[in-house]
Amino acid sequence: MSVYINKDTKVLVQGITGSTALFHTKQMLEYGTKIVAGVTPGKGGTEVEGVPVFNTVEDAVKATGANVSVIYVPAPFAADAILEAVEAELDMAICITEHIPVLDMVKVKRYMEGKKTRLVGPNCPGVITPDECKIGIMPGYIHKKGHVGVVSRSGTLTYEATHQLSEEGIGQSTAVGIGGDPVNGTNFIDVLKEFNEDEDTYAVVMIGEIGGTAEEEAAEWVKANMTKPVVGFIGGQTAPEGKRMGHAGAIISGGKGTAADKIKAMNAAGIEVADTPSVIGETLIKVIKEKGLYDACKTH
Amino acid sequence: MNIHEYQGKQVLKQYGVSVPEGHVAFSPEEAVKAAKELGSDVVVVKAQIHAGGRGKAGGVKLAKNLDEVREYAKELLGKVLVTHQTGPEGKEVKRLYIEAGSNIEKEYYLGLVLDRETSLVNLMGSEEGGMDIEEVAANTPERIFYEEIDPVVGLTGFQARRMAFNMNIPAKLVNKAAKLMLGLYQAYVEKDAAIVEINPLVVTGDGQVVALDAKFNFDANALYRHQDIMEMRDYDEEDAKEIEASKYDLSYISLDGNIGCMVNGAGLAMATMDTINYYGGSPANFLDVGGGATAEKVTEAFKIILSDKNVKGIFVNIFGGIMKCDIIAEGVIQAAKEVSLEVPLVVRLEGTNVELGKKLLNESGLNIVAAGTMADGAKQIVELVG
Repeated sequence: MSVYINKDTKVLVQGITGSTALFHTKQMLEYGTKIVAGVTPGKGGTEVEGVPVFNTVEDAVKATGANVSVIYVPAPFAADAILEAVEAELDMAICITEHIPVLDMVKVKRYMEGKKTRLVGPNCPGVITPDECKIGIMPGYIHKKGHVGVVSRSGTLTYEATHQLSEEGIGQSTAVGIGGDPVNGTNFIDVLKEFNEDEDTYAVVMIGEIGGTAEEEAAEWVKANMTKPVVGFIGGQTAPEGKRMGHAGAIISGGKGTAADKIKAMNAAGIEVADTPSVIGETLIKVIKEKGLYDACKTH
Repeated sequence: MNIHEYQGKQVLKQYGVSVPEGHVAFSPEEAVKAAKELGSDVVVVKAQIHAGGRGKAGGVKLAKNLDEVREYAKELLGKVLVTHQTGPEGKEVKRLYIEAGSNIEKEYYLGLVLDRETSLVNLMGSEEGGMDIEEVAANTPERIFYEEIDPVVGLTGFQARRMAFNMNIPAKLVNKAAKLMLGLYQAYVEKDAAIVEINPLVVTGDGQVVALDAKFNFDANALYRHQDIMEMRDYDEEDAKEIEASKYDLSYISLDGNIGCMVNGAGLAMATMDTINYYGGSPANFLDVGGGATAEKVTEAFKIILSDKNVKGIFVNIFGGIMKCDIIAEGVIQAAKEVSLEVPLVVRLEGTNVELGKKLLNESGLNIVAAGTMADGAKQIVELVG
């Protein structure tokens, strides 16, 4: 088992003929992801890497039964691409695109209320269930199949943590990058709920960063509901106030959203927080040993 | 992106928001000319810098005649203002706004901002105008009112009126205040603002509702569709290295330390800074080269880092996803050759095409210290810089 995606997931690539999308379509196919269709308006009827291209998401879904889309469409058109995926009633749309205007996402989020589709991202690395399905831009080889769930606001920091786990022989059930934007589709709590219910996930790594209060809310949820151990890390502990640190969401304003507040809230919820990103793996191993889960998590 | 108060007022005017009449001035002569044109008994000479708290820092002066206008203009131009938002180094005043004085009856606060919890834009208003709104939020949060705005219908008339009543705006002026709020929201949405603050909003003796200040911050991701706003960018208000970086689509922020950092991904870049601090070092910058970097971009990033004279060593920390390690390596080699690198360089590579990247660096003949992990790299650069 895993969360959100697995070996049966049929993937559709929106914006498949762009250069980034082409590169990653190849990488995903090599990993074994079932990519059944691509969409680029005006390129319908052609083929890319053996994948049929359609003019609209609707056409692609009708012809191939795709149920999850991954979006590489450039920022000015990405919000529209998400709406198209939602209207086609896909199970999930994973938006990799960064720099989407915030007010575009405010409208998208409002439009999605009550609709079937779950949005992951935007500005995220994607979702991977190791050895089954890789959707996004993460390097496949650093992952290992196993029982630790990973959820993170940062792309490269997720790779960092996952790599440490794999090196120590601790595999992952699913790794979900929720993205660094202030308005996104899936939040920490959504993913934590899934991991809590997933039989194959025994422990969770949660990686947050400064800005907003999503980590504090997640910590509260963990305290009240989570039955599995969670360890964490918060990026930006030494960031100056008021400056936007790359991610549009990563800004400390008016003393809110500081790393210290987040770590305090997480500790209060029983979440052990790693001091530096280099010891995220170590911290998790220590905790699962204490809980007697180490042998079950160790993959050979 | 921020703009000046006078530019913010130009934007507001387009949306029917009442603002006092005024002109921008770059010299005492222009200031006097502007004051004459206003023909007002009292004019306000306002320093234009991209930071709040100008009044308290002595950047806003009331002039009762043209001589005083000239005097204040002379005093303010070239002066370095230090406010709670500028940092201790302050900001030099290069522009003034000469504005007609207003007959202020009462001051209020009005703002529009995105609420990240609900993903909706909120209108905020308070009777506590003219003071630091963060202070009001901390001490008397019950005195700030909010209206959540549905993006489908926008701010509605009844919401704006409710806000005006909550703020205790005199009943006969509620409709005027509501109209101003609707204009403000229109400006916010159509120009893709991130934050708009009117502090203070005032009610005048002759029964007008006027925006006495205007603070705009725009969503950098939406600037591509607002040429008019982009033209308002004042490069004097920004860090030269940050401007240079933005030309190459690099996300760069100057810091106070001496270890230059080049990292891919914002999260990893922040974590790299944290790790350097953890080992007793101090980063000179935050730099995210982004996902789609080319060798040329990496070279430019390197040059920008080295243009900071405080930099005594560089730490390159890359975990390639979109970013391929060989591209980073090529950029580093090219840059090191072009700028004749004299400070220690520690490179940590991991991810897509890592072997190829490491091979390129090894064969380059450059004096590069290879690090196995982020912690290892941070420790090494901190030691080398000493």
